[in-house]
Amino acid sequence: MNAICCIARVPDTATRIKIGPNGKSIDPEGVQYVINPFDEFALEAAIQHKEAKGGELVVMYVGQDDFAKDLRQCLAKGADKAIHLKIDGPLGPQGISSLLAEKIRPLMPASVFCGKQAVDGDVGGMGVMLAGLLDVPAVSKVSSLELKDDTAVATREIEGGVETIDASLPCVFTFEKGANEPRRAGLKEIMAAKKKPLEVEEVSAPAPKLSVESLELPPPRPEGRIVGEGTEAVAELVLLLREESKVI
Amino acid sequence: MPGICVITEQRGGEVKRASLEALAEALRKKSTVGGDVTAVVLGHEIGEAAAALAASGADQVVAFDRADLALYSSEGHCACAAQAVRDAGASVVFVAATIQGRDLAAAISGGAALDAGYAADCTAIDTDGGDLVATRPVFAGKAIIKVRCTAETFVLSLRPNIFDATLPGGSASVTTATPPFDEGSLRARVTGIAASTKGRKDVAEADIVVSGGRGAGSPEGFAPIEALAEALDAAVGASRAVVDLGWRPHAEQVGQTGKVVSPKLYVAAGISGAIQHLAGMRTSKVIVAINKDPAAPIFKVADYGIVGDLHEVLPALKDALLALA
Ligand SMILES: Cc1cc2nc3c(=O)[nH]c(=O)nc-3n(C[C@H](O)[C@H](O)[C@H](O)COP(=O)(O)OP(=O)(O)OC[C@H]3O[C@@H](n4cnc5c(N)ncnc54)[C@H](O)[C@@H]3O)c2cc1C
Ligand SMILES: Nc1ncnc2c1ncn2[C@@H]1O[C@H](COP(=O)(O)O)[C@@H](O)[C@H]1O
Repeated sequence: MNAICCIARVPDTATRIKIGPNGKSIDPEGVQYVINPFDEFALEAAIQHKEAKGGELVVMYVGQDDFAKDLRQCLAKGADKAIHLKIDGPLGPQGISSLLAEKIRPLMPASVFCGKQAVDGDVGGMGVMLAGLLDVPAVSKVSSLELKDDTAVATREIEGGVETIDASLPCVFTFEKGANEPRRAGLKEIMAAKKKPLEVEEVSAPAPKLSVESLELPPPRPEGRIVGEGTEAVAELVLLLREESKVI
Repeated sequence: MPGICVITEQRGGEVKRASLEALAEALRKKSTVGGDVTAVVLGHEIGEAAAALAASGADQVVAFDRADLALYSSEGHCACAAQAVRDAGASVVFVAATIQGRDLAAAISGGAALDAGYAADCTAIDTDGGDLVATRPVFAGKAIIKVRCTAETFVLSLRPNIFDATLPGGSASVTTATPPFDEGSLRARVTGIAASTKGRKDVAEADIVVSGGRGAGSPEGFAPIEALAEALDAAVGASRAVVDLGWRPHAEQVGQTGKVVSPKLYVAAGISGAIQHLAGMRTSKVIVAINKDPAAPIFKVADYGIVGDLHEVLPALKDALLALA
C-alpha cells in the first residue's frame, strides 16, 4: 500500500508577524519559511508506514512558492518522490484538498499522512476534507499510531481524556506533536536524495470559499510591572491579584 | 432557504456547554440569517440531551440516535450532520470548536459533504448587511483575521468560553432521523476513552493555569508548581522545553505547537517567554511571571512579575494563598 505525506509551507514559528500593505495578508519581507512543524511527525509516520508495508511514499505540497530545498529534505529522510502542485493564487484547505485528491486517486490504495493543522491559517481541516474526497476514513490529531495488517490503532488526546480509535487502512491520519521521534537524514541520504524525482506541475487554483476582510495584529497587552524581588514580593502580589485584578 | 443548523455535542446525555454557547449565538444571529435555528444532536440513548435542546429556544431539534453513533467517528457524525443541514436547507452551520467539533466542522465543510466555506475557531461573529463576518485568530493568535463566506454554505466553529450561553427557552419538537449509512459500516471509530491523569484539569479548559519551564531545574523541581496548582485548583502547564526533555507530558504543553489557553489567571514560573510560548497564553486575562532573570521576555507580557527563584517564591505564594482561604 502506498503512502502520501502532505506538507505545508509556513512561516517559522519564531516569526514576528507584520501586516502587509494591503491589510489582508502578512508582509513576507524577511520571513523564513519552513515545513509545518506538525508535518514532521506526519512524515515520520509515513516513512514508518513505508518501512512496514512497502509501496511508494510520495510527498505532496501545494503552493505558489518554491519549496524544493525542504522537499529534498523529505526525500532524504525516506520519501521516494516529491510533487509540487504549483498554483497561481492563495488557497484554503478546501481547494488544497481537492487538488490533492485528484493527484492521490491514481495512487490508491494509499494511506495519507498530514499534520493536525498548518500553523499559519490554523484551520486544521485539510486532512478530514481530503478523506471525504478519497472516500476513506479519517483520524485526526493522532498522538500515537500502531500499524497492523489491514488496520491501525491510534490514540488522540481530547478534553480530559485519551481516545483509542480503530481504523481500517487505507486511512487519512493527521498528526499531533510528539506522536513519534522524527528522524534526521544522514549525509549519504542527502546526497542520494538529489537523484530522486521532484516534479513541479502547474495547476489552476479553484475559487476560494472565503474572502478576507482584514488582517490585524491583536491589541497589545497593557504594560505590566515587576512587583518586587523574591519572597518579600509575595504579599503584595497576592493583594494585587485579589484587590486589583480580582482573579482570586 | 436560509437558516442556521447547530451541530451540538453531548457526553453521557449532557449537552456540552460550548454547544449551548454556539446555540445561543445562533439564536442571536437568526434575524440576520433568516429561517429557523435547528439543533442537531448525535449519539445513542440521547433523549435527555434532545429534550434539553428542545427546551432551549431552538425552532426544531433533530436527533440521530443509534448504537454506532455512541462514540465519535469523523465519517459517521459527518454523514449525519451534513444530511441534517441539507434537510433543514440551512445556509449557516455552527459547531463548538472542541476537539471533536473541530474535526466535525472541517469534515462537513469539505468538498465531499457540504463544500462550504469554513471559518475555524471563531472568537467573534459580526453581521454586515445580511452577511456574517467571522473573526478568528491565525498564526497562533499573532494576528486576527476577519472573513466572509463566498460559498452557498458557511460553516463556523466557535471557540469555547467566548460566546454568551444565555438561552431564551422554548418548546420545540424533536424529530428522529435515520443515519444515512448502514449500521456497523464505519471504518474508523473511537473504541474507548480513558480519563487522563488523576482527574487533573486540562490546561485548555482550566480557569487557572500554573506553568513551569526549564527553570524548574528537573522533573522533581515541578513539585512547587504542582503544589501551587493544587492550592488554586488549577491545571499544570509546561513549556515545550520541559516536554521535550520528558519532564512533563505533551498534554500539558502550552504554545504554538501545544495548547492555546486563555484562563483568567496564568502563572509562568521558570519560563523565559519565547515567542512560541507567548502565542499560546498571551490572551490570558491576568499573567503572573516568576523568573530569576529580570530581563526575561516573559516580563514584557506579564501583568505582575516577581524576580526570584521559583523554588522559594512559589511555596511562599502557596502559603499566602492558603492563609487567605
Ligand atoms: C517549531 C517550534 C515550535 C515551538 N513551540 C513551542 C510551544 O508550543 N510552547 C513552548 O513553550 N515553546 C515552544 N517552542 C520552544 C521555544 O522556542 C522555547 O525554546 C521554549 O519555550 C523555552 O522553554 P523554557 O522557557 O522553559 O526554557 P528557557 O528558555 O531555557 O527558559 C528558562 C527560564 O527559567 C529561568 N530560570 C532558571 N532557573 C530559575 C529558577 N530557579 N527560578 C525562576 N526562574 C528560573 C531562566 O531565567 C529562563 O528565563 C517551539 C520552538 C520551535 C522551534
Ligand atoms: N498547501 C499545502 N500543501 C500540502 N499539504 C498541505 C497544505 N496545506 C495544508 N496541508 C496539510 O494539511 C494539514 C492541515 O492543514 P490546515 O487544514 O490548513 O490546518 C497540514 O499539516 C498539512 O499536512
